[in-house]
Amino acid sequence: MKKKDLISITDYSKEDYLHILDLAADFEKNPNQRLLEGKVVASLFFEPSTRTRLSFETAINRLGGRIIGFSDAGSSSVSKGETLHDTIRMVSNYVDLIVMRHHLEGSARYAAEVADVPVINAGDGANQHPTQTLLDMYSILKTQGTLDNINIFMIGDLKYGRTVHSLLMALSEFVNPIFNFIAPEELAMPEEYKLFLKEKGIRFFEHTEINENINHADIIYMTRVQKERFMDPIEYEKVKNVYILRNNMLNDTKSNMRILHPLPRINEIHPDVDKNEKAYYFTQAKNGVYTRQAIIAHILNLK
Amino acid sequence: MSDSLKKKLKLKVSAINDGTVIDHIPSENLFKVISILGLEKVKSQITFGFNFESEKMGSKAIIKVSDVFFEDDEINKISLIARNAKLNIIRDYEVVEKRVVEVPDKVIGIVKCFNPKCITNNEEITTYFNVISKNPLDLKCKYCEKITHEHQMVIK
Repeated sequence: MKKKDLISITDYSKEDYLHILDLAADFEKNPNQRLLEGKVVASLFFEPSTRTRLSFETAINRLGGRIIGFSDAGSSSVSKGETLHDTIRMVSNYVDLIVMRHHLEGSARYAAEVADVPVINAGDGANQHPTQTLLDMYSILKTQGTLDNINIFMIGDLKYGRTVHSLLMALSEFVNPIFNFIAPEELAMPEEYKLFLKEKGIRFFEHTEINENINHADIIYMTRVQKERFMDPIEYEKVKNVYILRNNMLNDTKSNMRILHPLPRINEIHPDVDKNEKAYYFTQAKNGVYTRQAIIAHILNLK
Repeated sequence: MSDSLKKKLKLKVSAINDGTVIDHIPSENLFKVISILGLEKVKSQITFGFNFESEKMGSKAIIKVSDVFFEDDEINKISLIARNAKLNIIRDYEVVEKRVVEVPDKVIGIVKCFNPKCITNNEEITTYFNVISKNPLDLKCKYCEKITHEHQMVIK
């Protein structure tokens, strides 16, 4: 049987999404299911990421699996100059599943070709981060009761923010979504995604400031302007403080509206929002563990 | 001077008995075409000519390969750098078939991904693109998923 990988969100169909979201709900009810008993999972973080790594490792532990790996390339043979190819070939002999993050784009797709065991992409540079998208979808489903007819406002770095691109692609599979993009010109949603929406006949609107428009939102998806994505530090300084969400902007927003953020946040959501019941980002991170349990179970055909 | 002599003089390159003539190659890409087709390894007689005058192209190159006939897959690789190349298949000094090159649906090797952060530019990996537009040429990298546009194309 062909092995299943998860490299890019578009590798999966709507049926796959729904199966994983179903499983996630099941793991939320009953998080400790020892489906990975006797199995070993490699957690290869060539680039450090505290949140994603801990979330995956918690998911694996709750499933009763064992973990080998490293949390930054400095403590691996990569620092001796070993190629990605050789590292993956070697590790693939030891384990039942590989979870990897790497700063180079396309590294996960390549690793999946080299490895005999399934590979889950936990982020490859600015390219893809599909497990984040699935946990975002799970959070939307949980808070809205559906993934259809969602009016979503994406705010911040829409140019380099891989999470917004993947979420856009995934939500486009559902009925009648409406997208609203709020970003400075330098960080606007790339043409290719707008073209994709136009071709599918999906409505989208572009705004340059956060104003009363957000009162129509079911979901506000905030993103961080990431310093490391900029070649020129002056460009970063120009845009880093442009869009900040504050509690007093939320007074007239819909009661079902929830605020998501892939985290970590810097200053784009003011701390005074945290106590608002519409702030959902910390629960969203918690949902990540259930979703990753579900993804592992789906990929290894455990459920 | 007879017409046939004029024609022969105009040809400038000697005729071949059996084989393939690739015409209308942009002069500046002749050596890339040779490399893509692996002609340096061919044992039979080959004639190259370049900087020939061409009404359509200004300057063109031509390759005559004796006793070699190319499969479509093979010859279509050169379409990326010789868009208007034409093939004449020669049998017994006669042109028995004329073919044009076509941009394939997938481009494997040959082109570099324009994205410096792509894994293919950082490790020894054969590039692989899906052709998402043939004119102008847009190539989507299977690995980093970025699109290399025609004006960004660099031949490996």
